[in-house]
Amino acid sequence: MLGKLTLSSIPYDVPILVGTFIGVAVIGIAVLAAVTYFKKWGYLWREWLTTVDHKKLAIMYVVLGLVMLVRGFADALMMRTQLALAYAGNPGYLPPHHYDQVFSAHGTIMIFFMAMVMMQALFNFVVPLQIGARDVAFPLINSISFYMTLVSAILINISLFIGEFSNVGWLGYPPISELQFNPGVGVDYYIWSVQISGIGTLLTGMNFLTTIIKLRAPGMKWMHIPVFTWTAFFACVMILTTFPVLTVSMALLALDRYLGMHFFTNDGGGSVMLYLNLIWSWGHPEVYILILPAFGVFSEIAATFSGKPLFGYATMVIATGIITFLGSIVWVHHFFTMGAGADVNTFFGIMTMFIAVPTGVKIFNWLFTMYKGRVRFEGPMHWIVGFMITFSIGGMTGVMMAMPAADWVVHNSLFLVAHFHNVIIGGVFFGYVAGLSYWFPKAFGYKMRDVWGKWAFRFWFVGFYLSFIPLYAVGLEGMTRRMNHYDNPNWHPWLLVACVGVFVLAAGLACQVIQFVLAAFDAVNKKPDALDLTGDNWGSGRTLEWSLPSPVPHYNFARLPVIRGLDTFHIEKELGRPAPVSELEPIHMPKYSAVGPMLGACGLLIGFALVWHIWWAVIVGLVVAFFTIVHRSANLDVDFYVTVEEIRADEEAFARRLAAAKAAE
Amino acid sequence: MSYDVMHAPSAHHDEHEHHQQETTIFGFWIYLMTDCIIFGTLFAVFATLCHHFAGGPTGKDLFDIKNVEIETAILLFSSITYGFASINAHKKNKGAVLGWLLLTFVLGVSFVVLEINEFHELVAHGAGPDKSAFLSSFFTLVGTHGLHVTIGLIWMLVLFFQIMGKQGLSTRMQTKLTCLSLFWHFLDIVWICVFSFVYLGSVV
Amino acid sequence: MSGNHTTSHEGENHGSYGSYIVGFILAVVLTVASFATVLSKAFSFWQTIAILGVLAAVQMVVHLIFFLHMGTKSLSQRQNLAAFIVTALMVLIVVAGYLFVLWDAQANMMAG
Repeated sequence: MLGKLTLSSIPYDVPILVGTFIGVAVIGIAVLAAVTYFKKWGYLWREWLTTVDHKKLAIMYVVLGLVMLVRGFADALMMRTQLALAYAGNPGYLPPHHYDQVFSAHGTIMIFFMAMVMMQALFNFVVPLQIGARDVAFPLINSISFYMTLVSAILINISLFIGEFSNVGWLGYPPISELQFNPGVGVDYYIWSVQISGIGTLLTGMNFLTTIIKLRAPGMKWMHIPVFTWTAFFACVMILTTFPVLTVSMALLALDRYLGMHFFTNDGGGSVMLYLNLIWSWGHPEVYILILPAFGVFSEIAATFSGKPLFGYATMVIATGIITFLGSIVWVHHFFTMGAGADVNTFFGIMTMFIAVPTGVKIFNWLFTMYKGRVRFEGPMHWIVGFMITFSIGGMTGVMMAMPAADWVVHNSLFLVAHFHNVIIGGVFFGYVAGLSYWFPKAFGYKMRDVWGKWAFRFWFVGFYLSFIPLYAVGLEGMTRRMNHYDNPNWHPWLLVACVGVFVLAAGLACQVIQFVLAAFDAVNKKPDALDLTGDNWGSGRTLEWSLPSPVPHYNFARLPVIRGLDTFHIEKELGRPAPVSELEPIHMPKYSAVGPMLGACGLLIGFALVWHIWWAVIVGLVVAFFTIVHRSANLDVDFYVTVEEIRADEEAFARRLAAAKAAE
Repeated sequence: MSYDVMHAPSAHHDEHEHHQQETTIFGFWIYLMTDCIIFGTLFAVFATLCHHFAGGPTGKDLFDIKNVEIETAILLFSSITYGFASINAHKKNKGAVLGWLLLTFVLGVSFVVLEINEFHELVAHGAGPDKSAFLSSFFTLVGTHGLHVTIGLIWMLVLFFQIMGKQGLSTRMQTKLTCLSLFWHFLDIVWICVFSFVYLGSVV
Repeated sequence: MSGNHTTSHEGENHGSYGSYIVGFILAVVLTVASFATVLSKAFSFWQTIAILGVLAAVQMVVHLIFFLHMGTKSLSQRQNLAAFIVTALMVLIVVAGYLFVLWDAQANMMAG
């Protein structure tokens, strides 16, 4: 009846997990009780859970991303403290089996459920506003994407308390991830949560690519597209070309485990190296999928806070395109030690080094944007300066490892771990945090308190160097990654410093949480100086989203904007806004729908049932999902018109706020 | 503050529908492209593993080219019958659309039956997907194509009943028929590669 | 951009009985040629594989033009074509890349 699931699958004998479970349960019950007490279930369901509005979905993505960031960060804290303790005979407090799950979960969560989630949050919020669209091309599919991401995140968290998580690293290398060596459910949790979130990401990629190509405002030529949207475009292209490969690799691994096939097994003619090629021909482009939108964020911020147009817009776009292409043909540099010959390794090594060229172009573009600008060091601007320093160092160690001969020395060492954290924290994470603080007032109509953002940056910046420079050092001294304990006295001081560093990072994370809490506090108390009246919160916004009131009305644009060139809003501020010529017209919008949550529930049921081999539940999930889709496809009542009166009332309210803001000056 | 589409001025609504139709078809095309990469990857996997017999049977021992010929013929015919359904859909010729769809459906079902039969015989002769890496990749590649055909058939059935029902051949239904048409013809293209490289390539 | 929405709709090619039949005949000829090449055993192994590759590529183009109505006439068609070219490039990278890398590794490691 319940497949492999028995009472003994629940790890009630592991104190850390029981404690975590109690904590999660208490917080969860408190939240549910609060929603019930304030009678907000109806509101939550009607306004948020069934929404197809890209702006609300973006906010839900951010919440999910932050929760998973805390989860992944807790894993990081555990790893660093374990390695600070587990020296010279001391086993530390995490036994290897548990430690292995912690580092696997850390990697999987940070990439799939933190970084990818934050990226989709930024796509959702920014792209339609920047191109003058009223929603994405397929609003319902957008909601389904979110639910696929959400339920796969839930599935990975269920693995904490029912069964176990994968203990083979974030990419699940065979043969150790095969049934022969890993008969538990950990790898199955990994496979299905990655697979379901991959479906969500693919749908997002399809949705936003179509949106950018088909829904741009009248007059917006390709070279009028703001840089963030360009980077989103190229990231979508890479999602669409490489996530199918991830789908295939996970499916084949699942077939090995569930049906006894021989794709990657040791026996039966399987090829382990095939898996490495498959997973990395997704995995390498994946890091560019993450970093390109961060580059886009930096480009927007650099221009806004320097009071100048972005230096070298065209080269920025071209460099992004070149990175997109080169990123697809470098995957072998993740396994130079596989045993391929010199010709293969040389090809992939040189291609990898080439990527430094377009990336360098970008760095110089940002520097020249700031050069002779009136640079204002507000919160978002801090992150970009920190990024340029940190990311350049990470890029240089990357070029070092692009040399196959050098890579043989540091392959799978902590040097590598330091390198990719250097580019992912210093690039992706800094970028997304900068983006969050940059667009936060646009989303809520309230500003965050900048001082806490600046402190968050200082802690993250210093904490990063404290945590990861030591890892470069021990990596060069030969310490391999994923090690549970060690005896080498040379490594111990370095790892103590790294442990201090991770607590500095924790202080940074705490500042960010405080910043969000205080912003919510200000909003509830309607603190007057936190209000964003004009919609152009930073005073120097250049792209279309800053022309709208904050928070943005649900239909985005009362009149579709007419694009006059790159940075239309800036042009309008310089030349004066054109008088509205067109009469207001009713706006066609999609209705909210319960299909997203419904399919999400089916996805969760199917995923969980597949992990535990509960076949009847898989079939139930599939059948319900099928009828949900058929029911939707027969439903003709899926959209409505916003009336002219509502739009006019919104416009007049915005005009009053603009007048009030002018008077206050 | 808002009103349903049913009460909207119709000219405005028609324009919106055409716009939406074009966007939907493009989005579906993008989905097909990702499917194309899924198949491309599976072909790459087959190409790497096609000589990993692990002492088991080879393609030469197993494949029945007669069966493949029949399957290919069926798919080609189903392509053109679906094409005729599309033509009639644009002419708003409901009876003809239903007729051609039905014929396409029968052809599709017979293809799936032949494939299941082939798989069944292979497994019965001890050449199942767990025998060797070669057979794993063969079953997965050809099975994925068969699964797509099956999904296409279910979709066709749903559209068949929706056309018979109140939706008729509305603009929305035309969009759906166009998407299914792309899907169906795309599966044919995948099949070209299957019979050329998997079946014929293995018996050379 | 959006000015093209209405015009491109009219430029779309839905095909006709004639075009479908032409496509069908071409497809049948090419399919028969593929089967005949292999079953006649007239060519060596690599020759046969090469002929199969060429015939399959031509037949794919035939299907794309006659059944999937691919072309360059309207903006929509050009966008579809661009998406297809990028996809084809990716498939090429994956197939050629894996064969290049894994054959090389197998040759070096003498593994099966």
